[in-house]
Amino acid sequence: MRFLRCADSGLLIELADLEAVQALYAVLAEDPPEGVTGLVPAARTLLLHLDPRANAAAVEAAVRAVEPRDGAPASGDLLQVPVVYDGADLTEVAELTGLTEREVVHRHTSAEWTVAFGGFAPGFGYLAGGPPELVVPRRTESRTKVPPGSVGLAGAFSGIYPRESPGGWQLIGRTGLEIWRADREPPALLRPGVRVQFREVP
Amino acid sequence: MSCLEVLATGPLSTIQDLGRPGLAGIGVGRSGAADGGAFRLANRLVGNDETAAAIEVTLGGLAVRATRDLTASVTGAPCPTTVDGRVVAVNSVLRIPAGAELRMGVPGRGLRSYLAVRGGIAVPPVLGSRATDVLAGLGPDPLTPGELLPVGPAPARFPLVDVAPVAMCTAGEIVLRVEPGPRHDWFADDALATLVSRPYEVTPDSNRIGMRLDGPALERSRTEELPSEGMVAGALQVPPSARPTLFLADHPVTGGYPVIAVVTAADVDNAAQARPGQRIRFRLRNGFKARSA
Repeated sequence: MRFLRCADSGLLIELADLEAVQALYAVLAEDPPEGVTGLVPAARTLLLHLDPRANAAAVEAAVRAVEPRDGAPASGDLLQVPVVYDGADLTEVAELTGLTEREVVHRHTSAEWTVAFGGFAPGFGYLAGGPPELVVPRRTESRTKVPPGSVGLAGAFSGIYPRESPGGWQLIGRTGLEIWRADREPPALLRPGVRVQFREVP
Repeated sequence: MSCLEVLATGPLSTIQDLGRPGLAGIGVGRSGAADGGAFRLANRLVGNDETAAAIEVTLGGLAVRATRDLTASVTGAPCPTTVDGRVVAVNSVLRIPAGAELRMGVPGRGLRSYLAVRGGIAVPPVLGSRATDVLAGLGPDPLTPGELLPVGPAPARFPLVDVAPVAMCTAGEIVLRVEPGPRHDWFADDALATLVSRPYEVTPDSNRIGMRLDGPALERSRTEELPSEGMVAGALQVPPSARPTLFLADHPVTGGYPVIAVVTAADVDNAAQARPGQRIRFRLRNGFKARSA
């Protein structure tokens, strides 16, 4: 664990890997140290937003005393996501992975994914836990408009675009599921810890 | 119910409050007033809770008509302000009789002004806040002429002072204190010294999300890709252009470029008042040195 200060506004904790981030986040999210106003888990780091009056040294000591819990934050929720696999980059993904398009779909639907963290846009969740064969780079040029509901791959992650936005992920399909609605409780279907199962639909 | 009629908005007027803290996990940033200090003062002057919603006015130009007697205040960038044509003082408690028009001209210095009304702007909250987040597309749309804004019930407490003494926004070079990190070790040895040695100019490519700065290049020593990580307001993120972007209220929750230094929380309000073309000088906060051993 390495602690990096963001002036008096934050404390960035660098961890070994995504699993370590999730293990620490699971505990801190339930009981954040005094002075912590928000937590931002990411691939290898956990950012603690601080009240500028907080004692950063005390927050650091409190975090060091935490016993990280194995696995993602307890949520238990399993979300079924129906997908039409006709994405614009499906052929490209097949070429990049050396799989057939059917094999790409099969591997995407066979895995149980977990929302590791959010970011990029409200309701966008980075889904981890996919098969290593589906690790692909982002597109060399990002699209200016990705339609809402697009299901994509980038790096070791899968994701669903909550609304129309620019984006550089490899698009393999689309879902009709409304994964973000600000006036719904909860507004985001993909919250850290939620497990996701993709299901192919015609 | 509607108590404020929007007649003109200037370049950009939005409704703001103290934002949506604690939702970063689902990709929602805090947002809220860019100059939190000026915003809070506006609410305090009219006896509101600091959490009440008010109007953030960018470079003046807002005009509103009261549909009933209102108590209001204007803070932040000092706009020449009139009520029914009579000049009134900023940072003070203003009475706007029913039917009267309040007009805010272009401020001579500073960028963002706040118009608070006693009772607060009572549009429906989104995820617990009435702030307009221009990056996430959350909260009410920017104001448009003809719009009618509801004002909430007056709070129990009354305004305590008539005028607040407030330091003027800086017209010349703005000095912002920074602390190195969290990724200053991704930059060349002299990059921090470069950051604080000469001023940067605020480019027109600036908004509530962040401020692009033009000035000396901050060269990196590590060129691999940084996995996206959480960002704070005040972060100086350095994209491949090697010129820093200073993150403001609507900054993204995470970012993939290294942050060389962070403006201290107390100075982020001053940063939010910097106008395009204005110069910013960064100064390392006491105890920090530009060259690390």
